[in-house]
Amino acid sequence: MEATIEVTGLRKRFGSAVALDGISFSVAPGQVTGFVGPNGAGKTTTMRVILGLDAADEGSALIDGQPYAALRHPLSRVGSLIDAGALHPSRTARNHLLWLAYSQGLPARRVDEALADAGLQAVVGRKAGGFSLGMRQRLGIAASLLGDPPVLILDEPFNGMDPEGIVWLRGFLRSLAAEGRALLVSSHLMSEVQDAATHLVVIGRGRLVADTSVAELIAAASEGRVSLRTVARSKAATVLASAGATVAVTGPDTLTIAGLTSERVVALLSESATPFSEVSSHQATLEEAYMELTRNQVDYRPVSSDEVRS
Amino acid sequence: MTTGINAHRSEAVGHDGFAHLLRAEWTKFRTVRGWVIALGAAALAVVLMSFVSASGNRFSFCPTGPSSCTSRHLAVPTGPGGEPVTDSFMFVHQPLAGNGAVTVRVASLSGSPVGGGPNGTLRAVSQPVLAPWAKAGIIVKRDLSQGAAYAAVMVTGAHGVRMQYNYTHDAPGLPGAVAVSSPRWLRLTRIGDLITGYDSTDGSHWSDIGTAQLRGLPSTAQIGLFVASPAYFPSGSNIGNPSVATASFDEISVRGDLPADSWTGEAIGANAFYPVLSTASGWHRLSRNAFTITGSGDIAPRVGGSIFNGDTGTSILVGAIPGLIVLIVVATLFVTSEYRRGLIRVTFTASPRRGRVLAAKAIVVGSVAFAAGLVGTALAEVVAHHVLITNGNYLLPVSGPTEARVIVGTALLLAVAAVLALALGTAFRRSAAAVVTGIVLLVLPFILVYTLPAGASTWLMRLTPTAAFAVQGTQPSSPLVANAYTVTNGYYPLEPWAGLAVLCGYAAIALGAATWLLRRRDV
Repeated sequence: MEATIEVTGLRKRFGSAVALDGISFSVAPGQVTGFVGPNGAGKTTTMRVILGLDAADEGSALIDGQPYAALRHPLSRVGSLIDAGALHPSRTARNHLLWLAYSQGLPARRVDEALADAGLQAVVGRKAGGFSLGMRQRLGIAASLLGDPPVLILDEPFNGMDPEGIVWLRGFLRSLAAEGRALLVSSHLMSEVQDAATHLVVIGRGRLVADTSVAELIAAASEGRVSLRTVARSKAATVLASAGATVAVTGPDTLTIAGLTSERVVALLSESATPFSEVSSHQATLEEAYMELTRNQVDYRPVSSDEVRS
Repeated sequence: MTTGINAHRSEAVGHDGFAHLLRAEWTKFRTVRGWVIALGAAALAVVLMSFVSASGNRFSFCPTGPSSCTSRHLAVPTGPGGEPVTDSFMFVHQPLAGNGAVTVRVASLSGSPVGGGPNGTLRAVSQPVLAPWAKAGIIVKRDLSQGAAYAAVMVTGAHGVRMQYNYTHDAPGLPGAVAVSSPRWLRLTRIGDLITGYDSTDGSHWSDIGTAQLRGLPSTAQIGLFVASPAYFPSGSNIGNPSVATASFDEISVRGDLPADSWTGEAIGANAFYPVLSTASGWHRLSRNAFTITGSGDIAPRVGGSIFNGDTGTSILVGAIPGLIVLIVVATLFVTSEYRRGLIRVTFTASPRRGRVLAAKAIVVGSVAFAAGLVGTALAEVVAHHVLITNGNYLLPVSGPTEARVIVGTALLLAVAAVLALALGTAFRRSAAAVVTGIVLLVLPFILVYTLPAGASTWLMRLTPTAAFAVQGTQPSSPLVANAYTVTNGYYPLEPWAGLAVLCGYAAIALGAATWLLRRRDV
C-alpha cells in the first residue's frame, strides 16, 4: 500500500486570522496517525484543504500524488468524516448512504455492509435526525467506508461517543490500519487517540508542533526527570531549586524535578535532612507530553526542555 | 471490515460519472418525504387554484338576469369559416334577386359611448366620441341570421373606407374621416357570387377597392345600409364602453331586381352588451333616398377580454402561482438544506467537480418540477374547462396544439423557475434570502401586472422572468377589433416561446453565477 497523504507548506488565512501557517506532514499507510491540537489549532481546516473543500493560499495537499479534486469517484480512494451532523434529518441512515453510494457507482449492497461495519444494522431504517451524536459519528464512519478506501480522514470521530463507543472505535481504527490503510484521525484530546494512534502530528495555532511516533514522544517527555514523593514539599523544592533544578509541583506530596539526576536529588535531600518517601525516574504519560507540547502552541522544541510546571 | 481494500473499486470506474451523479441527486430528492409531498402539493395547488378561479367566473351578460345564467351562455355566432364572430348592427334592407347594385353618399358619421338604460333607452356616458371601428355603409348578406356570409363597403370612425367580407377579410379604400365637407360615395355591386366595393369622393370618379367571392350565395340575398359601433376603449383604458354611431345616408340609388321595393329596418343580433335599439329609434327615412341610421355592435372576428366576455379558458396563470411558490421553496431547499447542515461538504467530497453537482441538481429539480407542473396543469385545464362551461361561460375555441403548448409550456415554466430558484439557493446558501429573491423575481411581477397601468405591466411581461407566462397566451386578437389587448385580458407582449426564453435567460445567468461562486468559494 503506497496510498499516502502528503501535506506541504499549507498556508491559509481567513481575513486577518491566520488559520494555517506552513503546515507540512505526511500520513503513512498501515497506521493510525493522530492529528491533535487544541480547538482552533487548524485541524479541521487542514482536513478540508486535503479534501478540496477549502483552497489553501499556499502549499499543496496530495493524495497518492494527486490533488483531491482530480480524483474520480474519490470515495474509493479517500473516505472522510468532517462533520457528523452533516446529514438531512428526515433521511434514514440507509438512504443517507444510498445516495452517496450511487454517486460513486457503488451498489446498494455496499451501504448495508458499511452500516454493519459501523454497528448500525439495527437502525438502518430510522431517520438520522433522531440519532445521538455518537450514532451520527458511526453513520459518518460508515459513509467514509462506503468505497472501501485505502485512505481515511476522520475529524473528531470520538466526539460525542460513549465510553463503549470510544473503545470500539479505537479497536476499529487499529483494525483498519492493520489492513494496510492510512488513517488520519483528529482529536483535541490526546486521551481519545492514545492506544489507537502509533504516530502523532501535533499542531497549534496553525503550525506544526510535533511530527513523531507515540513512543518517541513519551520518551522525550520523560527524559531526565525525577519524581519525588515527600511530606516536606516546599522545603524539598527550595533545596533542589537552589541546586539549579527546575521543580514542578505535581500533587499534594509529589514533585517533578528536571536538571538533576536521581542520585543527586537523593544526596541533596539527605544533606539537608529533608524527609522523602520515594525517588524514581519519571515516566511521562502521553497526555502530559501533549500538554507540554501545546501549552504555548509554539514551534516544536525538544521535549527535554528544562521547564516543567504544574 | 471483512472485505479487502477496494474490492469494489472496479465497479466504480469506467464511467464518466454524470449518470451516477444524477442518480445520487435523484435519490437525495426522493428520500426526503417532505419534498415529495410538496411536489404533490404543488400540482394540487395548480388544480385547486384553477378550480377556485374558474368557479368565480360566471356568465353575467344575460337577457333575463344573472340568476338564469348558470347553465347557458348567450349564443356566439360563428362565421362561414366556423370561427366565432361578432355580428350585431342596425340593418335597413330589402331582398335582392339576382345581380344588382346599391350606391349611396355618406355625409356624416358621429358616435358616442353609452350606457344601457332600462327598456332599450340609452344615455351618453361621456363626450361624443366615435369608435375607431364604427362602421356605416352598404352590405350584402346571405340572410338575416348572425354569422351569415356577407360583403360590405363602409366608412369607418378612424380607418377610412374599407371593403370587408366574411368577418376576417379587409381591404382599405380612401383614407380619412367622413364629414359633411368631405363626404364619401360608396357602391356595392353583385354579379353572381362576386361582390365588388367601390368608393369615390365626388360620386363620379370611382375606385375599385376589392372583390369578394361569397361561394354559395343564393340568388336572393339581403342588401341594404348598415351602421355598427363596437365597444369603445378610451386611450390607455382597460375598460370598454358600449357605443352607438349615427350616419346620414343620401343620394341612394339602386339597380337590379328588388322585389319588395321597400326598406325595412332591423337590429341584427342586438344583445345585452350592444344596446338594443328599437327599430323605431334606429332608423329614419328622411326622404325617398335619404336615411339617418343609428346602430351599435360590430361585424368582426370575436376577440377575448372581459368586455367581450370572451375567454379561452386556458389561462391557468392564477393556478400556476401557488404551485410556483411551492416549487421555488422546494428547489431552494434542495440545495440550501445541504448548506444548513454542512451536507454540502459530503456532497463535494463525493463529487469534487462542483459545477457538475449543480448541473445534476438542476436536472433533477427541473425534471420533478416539470412532472408536477405537467400533471397539475393538465388536470387544471380539464377541471377549469368543465367548471367554466358548467357555469355557463362561453369559451373561445382553442386548437389542440395550442392547448398542448399551454400545458407543456406551463410545466416548462415551472421547471425553469425551479432551476432559477436552485441557482439562487446555491448563490445565497441561505433558504430565506433565496426564497424571497425567487418570489420577488418570479411572483411579484405577476402581482404588479394587475396593479400597474397597462403600459408598465407590458414592460414587466417583457423584461422580468414573469414574461414566461406568455406560454399561456391563447386569446385571439384581430387588427379589425379595437380592444384592451392587455396582460390582464390575457394578451402578452411576447410570443409564447419568446417569453419562456426570457425566463431561460434569467435561469442561465443565475446558474452561471452560482457555478462561478461554487468554484471560487470554500464550502
